[in-house]
Amino acid sequence: MRKSDAKSRLFFRFSLIFSLFLSLFSIILLTGCARNPDTVVVAGSTSVQPFAEVLAQEYMTLHPGVSIDVQGGGSAAGIMATQSGTTDIGMSSRNLQGSETSLWSIEIARDGIAIIVNPKNQVTGLTLQQVADIYDGKTTNWDQIGGKKGEIDVFTREDGSGTRSSFESLVMGPSQIMARAMVENSNGAIRQLVSDDPGAIGYISLGLVDNTVRALDLGGIVPSRANVVNGTYNLSRPFLFLTLKPPTGLVKDFIDFTMSPQGQQILYAQGLITPGYSP
Amino acid sequence: MKLKNFGERLPHGLFFIIALSALTVLALITIFIFVQGVPLIAKVGFFNFIFGMKWAPSQGYYGIFPMIVGTISVTLGAIILGVPVSLCCAIFLAEFAPRHFSDVVRPAIQLLAGIPSVVYGFWGLIFIVPLIREYLGGPGLSILAGSIILAIMILPTVISISEVSLLSLSPLLKEGAFALGATHWQTIRSVLVPAAKSGIVASIILGIGRAVGETMAVIMVLGNAVALPDSILSPVRTLTTNIGIEMGYASGEHQQALFATGIVLLVIIMILNSLAQYSIKRK
Repeated sequence: MRKSDAKSRLFFRFSLIFSLFLSLFSIILLTGCARNPDTVVVAGSTSVQPFAEVLAQEYMTLHPGVSIDVQGGGSAAGIMATQSGTTDIGMSSRNLQGSETSLWSIEIARDGIAIIVNPKNQVTGLTLQQVADIYDGKTTNWDQIGGKKGEIDVFTREDGSGTRSSFESLVMGPSQIMARAMVENSNGAIRQLVSDDPGAIGYISLGLVDNTVRALDLGGIVPSRANVVNGTYNLSRPFLFLTLKPPTGLVKDFIDFTMSPQGQQILYAQGLITPGYSP
Repeated sequence: MKLKNFGERLPHGLFFIIALSALTVLALITIFIFVQGVPLIAKVGFFNFIFGMKWAPSQGYYGIFPMIVGTISVTLGAIILGVPVSLCCAIFLAEFAPRHFSDVVRPAIQLLAGIPSVVYGFWGLIFIVPLIREYLGGPGLSILAGSIILAIMILPTVISISEVSLLSLSPLLKEGAFALGATHWQTIRSVLVPAAKSGIVASIILGIGRAVGETMAVIMVLGNAVALPDSILSPVRTLTTNIGIEMGYASGEHQQALFATGIVLLVIIMILNSLAQYSIKRK
């Protein structure tokens, strides 16, 4: 009798511990799922993400108690998450297409795309057609386009990247980037490799060009903010904020902040092109 | 009596459940990868997927043959560069090295295994790649650069397993050979190494598995172009780097295609591991 008592006590203790664990676990799960009314989730393009993070930081300092949660995932994922309602604000670094255009969207800034080469390269400018010929493999040596003899090492971004799809639609037209092109998955990696390799060519965000690489003139037009704004340098793409329905409440307030002179100044200072704002 | 039984049975059951959880995780991951990847392989067609030459997910092309060739060529290069060095090192440590020397060298080699792979990759990018570009030509990002990095990374695996298999041989073998008048080198060459063959083969196979599965280090030095290489100075993409480089933006079918790449990888690793198990057991 006593023995079976002890056994049931032990069993009871175990089930107690077990149920405690279960309830703790479900509490964690539930709190994870609940959407706090003072939280805005922003998700999408990894090109826009760093800028959105700076904006969020600034906004949260101005409005204590509000939380802006910025996540990556890519333009495609950001657009899908906005359509399904899992994010309050989606970020895209390319224009909306087809059924996506039903979303509410606003261009928070523009980003130029610069064609970069090694500073040792003698070539200072190309035409759009020459760049396309390099990327589809028709031109393989720098001496064919006015440089010193040497193989062209072509660098591109990975399939799915917003920078790549903008480059493809703006530069390549009907032709395709050749399979032999080397693929890196960030602006930083491409800049690093081009700055190392005298024969390299690549493309990155205009805001990220520094003195380790040289941005090429395109058809005689210098890649600069002014030339993007006045439309003469046309390798640029929009940075968009998206919402499912026209924004209200906190979401609207954050977007208004982004579009205010203060928000635009932050984006300008981070290297983006803000057509409506210049210091 | 019953209580005592219960006290004995409880840890038995508890440990069984916990041990099972490790297996469950493996099963869950495997099932997940297959559920995600198989529909795409079915849609594209097994033959088109494995032997397709064009990889352009945004246009609906999913051919991974250049990546299979890439994986094989980089791994082969690593084996050619790394295995002879590893075997010499293992034989030296097991047979020639004085005790106090091997006591220092052994942990140093183990330390090689502890260096994070991203550090190997970064070192390769900054040091090996420019050397290749300058002295051998090409973009520097190449099969050769990947093979050199991987050769270094498989050293600890191959050295330690083949050394252990040499050390675990019965001393009678060596004494017998000496008694027959064989020199030390003759003993190593014709008695010890053949006797430890199964362990050495297993170490090489596990090294191959390590090389096939490595991702981060090779992403940085391979160039990741999806084309058949024409020389060891050409950039290539391996199966692992395909997943690593494209997962950031992949969604829908593209993501499924990356899981399908994972299936091919999983099957290759499973075959290699069973070969290694088989080779050890055959002993």
